[in-house]
Amino acid sequence: MANSMAKSFLQAAATEEVVSPLRVVQIEGLVILKIIKHCKEFSPALVTGQLLGLDVGSVLEVTNCFPFPIREEDEEIEADGANYQLEMMRCLGVVFPWHIFRYQSTILGSYQTVELIETFMNYQENIRRCVCIIYDPSRSNQGVLALKALKLSDSFMELYRANSFTGEKLREKNLSWMDIFEEIPIKVSNSALISAFMTELESDTPVTQCDYDRLQLSSNPYMERNMEFLIECMDDLSVEQQKFQFYYRSLSRQQAQQQAWLQKRRADNMQRKAAGEDPLPEEDPSNPIFKPIPEPSRLESFLITNQIANYCNQINGVSGQSFNRLYLMKSLHDN
Amino acid sequence: MAAGDRTVLQFNSPSSAILSAKVHPLVIFNICDCYVRRPDQAERVIGTLLGSVLPDGTVDIRNSYAVPHTESAEQVALDIEYHHNMLVSHQKVNPKEVIVGWYSTGLGVTGGSALIQDFYSREVPNPIHLTVDTGFRNGEGTVKAFVSVNLALGDRQLAAQFQEIPLDLCMVEAERVGFDILKKTAVDKLPNDLEGMEVTMGRLLALIDDVYKYVDDVVEGRVPADNNIGRFIAETVASLPKLSPPAFDKLMNDSLQDQLLLLYLSSIARTQLGLAEKLNTAAQIL
Repeated sequence: MANSMAKSFLQAAATEEVVSPLRVVQIEGLVILKIIKHCKEFSPALVTGQLLGLDVGSVLEVTNCFPFPIREEDEEIEADGANYQLEMMRCLGVVFPWHIFRYQSTILGSYQTVELIETFMNYQENIRRCVCIIYDPSRSNQGVLALKALKLSDSFMELYRANSFTGEKLREKNLSWMDIFEEIPIKVSNSALISAFMTELESDTPVTQCDYDRLQLSSNPYMERNMEFLIECMDDLSVEQQKFQFYYRSLSRQQAQQQAWLQKRRADNMQRKAAGEDPLPEEDPSNPIFKPIPEPSRLESFLITNQIANYCNQINGVSGQSFNRLYLMKSLHDN
Repeated sequence: MAAGDRTVLQFNSPSSAILSAKVHPLVIFNICDCYVRRPDQAERVIGTLLGSVLPDGTVDIRNSYAVPHTESAEQVALDIEYHHNMLVSHQKVNPKEVIVGWYSTGLGVTGGSALIQDFYSREVPNPIHLTVDTGFRNGEGTVKAFVSVNLALGDRQLAAQFQEIPLDLCMVEAERVGFDILKKTAVDKLPNDLEGMEVTMGRLLALIDDVYKYVDDVVEGRVPADNNIGRFIAETVASLPKLSPPAFDKLMNDSLQDQLLLLYLSSIARTQLGLAEKLNTAAQIL
């Protein structure tokens, strides 16, 4: 049922000429709560789930979601997994409408992997606009709602489809590591009934637990973990750099060899001309030194760079908070 | 009533003493959402509650889903197959959540509810019935939980009486963080760390102001003094650690320097990344 609906939507969409770019993701409070609950229950394991919603002009409205069960053995449960999805979609589809995107939990922002990109590309085949929502449960301990909506940028997608990540192509498109993922601002909407209920049920104290969490002075464990991840990523990055260096070195070596061979050929040809014979061709494709060395893909290094930037941002954010706290403490003590 | 046998109206106490129930806000959200999206002819929404029973007797309600039903004056029909399908699907994700009861919107308990309660008690020994008043009939949204108790006259079952049990709204910290956002009808962007910090400090300031005002009032005699509160305040003020100024300054400066070091490190890392990227892509292959 879902497939036929998707097809008719595609047909309808094919008649549209201009697609307005995605500007905002509008999420219902219900979806946020569900994501938080699911990610928190299973942390530290990473979990994923499916989002359901509507695509309206430049706004993507997410109205419901359901979690994926954790797979232990992939072979047996693959068929089950597909069944589960269809079942849930059918059950929820009885009451709500369509479209599918995805959410994922992460730990301290280490979500940028090749698998994520592959999943994105898979979804992109069927649905024109898909967004991934990343939630970080470990940052909630710091009192921050770490929810982000990500989408692959179009230029990156084209490159990925062509499966070429060489330096020239990237320079052509002017694509840097920042351009892989685009972050889309999130707007939260709630029905009036829910707001009424929540205002009703709220406890009377103006200060809640999250305030106590925010005001806690010790942010050391969190920072330590961030730094650990940062160091690991740096190691990975240096491995990638070494790969590149090796490639460049072997490339230049090969070119030197080619030049030498060419010189020899030319000298030979001169001799032959002097001797009155036909000159040999200046190229010899069967010679192994002419074999082009494949350039290593830059995708990994881009992803790692993105990760590192993420960690740095997080460190900056937490440091900012810590500064505030320290100065607060200082003024308290002075009084 | 026959004069001869003196039959006694028995109130059987529930088999497992269910003292109270705790509900997570997600459940209420779910219910409201289903109510808002219900098909036009239905007046109320009925669904299943999932959760677990804690060892001390409280029931923890963690999740819920709506079950399509049709209702007329005499009978109520539930889509049992849908109910089972959803249950199986939910349990695949979270096998610890089991059926603990059912909910319906609307204030009191109606006649049809007894039948549904009966149906659910076949699945679970003592189902909880949750009513969520979406019509705000009393001027406020009330959420009530009931347990059914069988009234028996001698050996005959007469009716089921719904007894109310205390209900508690419990919230996990992570959910509290987003709570402000969830209260309004539309929020334009999620607050980032510094803004959250601002809000928190504002709240702390408000608290301190309140305490200040209270102490002033007591001193001036406007409010009768309460010894307990006075003792609390004294304890709080005394719990600020007494450090000599040089020791405190040293402590603060050390922490400040640590944070600055980390900030510096992250800035260097980013510069390094910028450089590396330029080198990588700018290299010309001859």
